[in-house]
Amino acid sequence: MDETRKRSHTYGDDELPPPIERIPVLRWLKENLFSSWFNAILTVVFTVFIVVLLLGLGKWALGARWEVIPANLKLLLVGTYPLEDIWRIWTTLYLISFLVGSAGGSRGGLMRQISMTIAIVSVVLAILPFGLMTRGWILGMGASTGIGFLLGHFGKRFRRYKHIEIGLWVLSLPVTIMLVNGISGLLPVVEGRNSWGLMLNIIGAIVGIALSFPIGILLALGRRSELPAIRLICTAYIEIIRGVPLITLLFMASIMLQLLLPSNVRPDLLIRAMMTITAFEAAYMAENVRGGLQAIPKGQYEAANAVGLNKLLTTTLIIMPQALRLVIPAIVGQFISLFMDTTLFGFIAILELLHISRSIMGNVQWRGTIFELYVFIGVVFWLACYSMSYISRRIEKSLGVGER
Amino acid sequence: MSTNNNEGIIILRDVHKWYGDFHVLRGVSFSMHTGEVLVICGPSGSGKSTCIRTINRLEDHQKGQIIVDGIELTNDLRNIEAIRRDVGMVFQQFNLFPHLTVLQNVSLAPFWVLKMKKSKAEEIALQLLERVGIPDQADKYPGQLSGGQQQRVAIARALAMSPKIMLFDEPTSALDPEMIKEVLDVMKELARSGMTMIVVTHEMGFAREVADRIIFFDYGQIVEENTPEDFFHNPQHERTKLFLSQILDY
Ligand SMILES: Nc1ncnc2c1ncn2[C@@H]1O[C@H](COP(=O)(O)OP(=O)(O)OP(=O)(O)O)[C@@H](O)[C@H]1O
Ligand SMILES: [Mg+2]
Repeated sequence: MDETRKRSHTYGDDELPPPIERIPVLRWLKENLFSSWFNAILTVVFTVFIVVLLLGLGKWALGARWEVIPANLKLLLVGTYPLEDIWRIWTTLYLISFLVGSAGGSRGGLMRQISMTIAIVSVVLAILPFGLMTRGWILGMGASTGIGFLLGHFGKRFRRYKHIEIGLWVLSLPVTIMLVNGISGLLPVVEGRNSWGLMLNIIGAIVGIALSFPIGILLALGRRSELPAIRLICTAYIEIIRGVPLITLLFMASIMLQLLLPSNVRPDLLIRAMMTITAFEAAYMAENVRGGLQAIPKGQYEAANAVGLNKLLTTTLIIMPQALRLVIPAIVGQFISLFMDTTLFGFIAILELLHISRSIMGNVQWRGTIFELYVFIGVVFWLACYSMSYISRRIEKSLGVGER
Repeated sequence: MSTNNNEGIIILRDVHKWYGDFHVLRGVSFSMHTGEVLVICGPSGSGKSTCIRTINRLEDHQKGQIIVDGIELTNDLRNIEAIRRDVGMVFQQFNLFPHLTVLQNVSLAPFWVLKMKKSKAEEIALQLLERVGIPDQADKYPGQLSGGQQQRVAIARALAMSPKIMLFDEPTSALDPEMIKEVLDVMKELARSGMTMIVVTHEMGFAREVADRIIFFDYGQIVEENTPEDFFHNPQHERTKLFLSQILDY
């Protein structure tokens, strides 16, 4: 589109088009791969190496027992979650995809792209040979995205609509947890929540992100506070937590709390694990945010003060938005590592994706399917983490409008 | 607002300030009445910026008295907030909020501090952008404007709080020559409209044309205080003569 417009530009008398450089394939090869004897040898050796590797990989992939994945798919994704309660998970997914669709309809941009992706993926998945019931559920997700999208599209003309949307997003986390876990009195509580496979990684990461982000911001502000007591407490917290590996903290949470606290006030193991990862990540988040805060010039504080903004308003309206924008890449990087760190839950007997796969590997029927399972786990994690970094790049770009 | 008003809208009495051991302001006293335009000039490092920044308490003073619109500046946070609502400031480096559009930059404080309705605040902001001559830039971000345009946005942002006093700290020093005039024109218009202004500047043409009084600063003290006429043609102190010969020759 842009290309053609540029080409159709007519050049004035003393204006020249930029010279077009065309490099033939052979010349490119010569310049880049065979420029000297040594380079030529390297090129040949590595080509052979890569071909052998790919052949081996291809041969293995063709003969691999991929059936281990579909046969255990339910176990990998939601672990021992009882089949008769699976509707709760679907309902949750419907709620979320509805919200995503609605945001896509009312805001467009990135959210629209995500809604499209959900819709397309759900149609594609529904073609795969799952059971009829499952296919129905999957299609429903696309449908609820679509309904949300339409509602958002037409609802956005009402001034309150976007506010309501934000409120629903905030509510979605507790609602999700209540639905999936159950809540005494309303929905029967589902037992065995320490072996829910991939769902535990996802819930752990979302809870960890949603809580460690605001706590981290407060810690960063506390570390820069004018009150010495607050500054000291925040600094000490951050430095102590950052000096201890997460796995150590998890072990402490799983074993030491058990020894220290009386049995009737001991929180559930999973809750302890989530509290630990939140506490851990908050310290790192604080340092990331502090980095952003330090990059804001003094003039911004002065200008904010001079127009009469008080400290709270200066921080929330002027300083924090700029600081966070500066550290989006660092923060997303941390979210990604947080997600991967949830696999450490396995070491305190919480069977998330990685460790539930190990129990499949231990099954006689599936002996020797280690690689297949690890490849599956790798792909799942790569997909999740790549999407996160893709989204972060998009956000950065859209926020970069008119930056200094 | 108070009985002190007839004495002057700004009163400084024997103001001292130290940065650590360094004595920046060494007994500064002057007062201004409403509608007056005061130009402060003097060599670099003499304390001009520090002096006007004490007036809206971006810097605190350690000795002496500063009374702005009848309110004495102390550590009392309520007084500081009240005075900052009445005193607008324009900085050498503009200090616009880069993550907000021009319109948001200008309407932010009326909305959050004066609790104006959003539509009202934006209406005022647009009027002010019109007044400083850039109504068509309202939806751009500061980074997309020229220096002169940015400084005019900064003036509009300060005016949006309907201040009684405007402080300018070398508002044209960071600008290319061709943009200086557009900013000075806005300031002249403001002075004619009766705004009380303190301007730190080396633009002697502006001082001659607009100032009611010129203060010459050196080593944290007022060396000479005079009308523009006498300041330029009949300076009293050797230090002023030297400064003027340097700056006017140049
Ligand atoms: N935060 C600070 N800490 C220590 N010294 C400072 C600080 N701010 C300013 N000073 C010093 O105080 C003196 C007066 O500074 P000020 O900025 O008021 O001068 P000025 O007259 O505005 O100079 P210029 O024309 O260069 O802007 C300078 O010597 C400066 O180095
Ligand atoms: Mg200065």
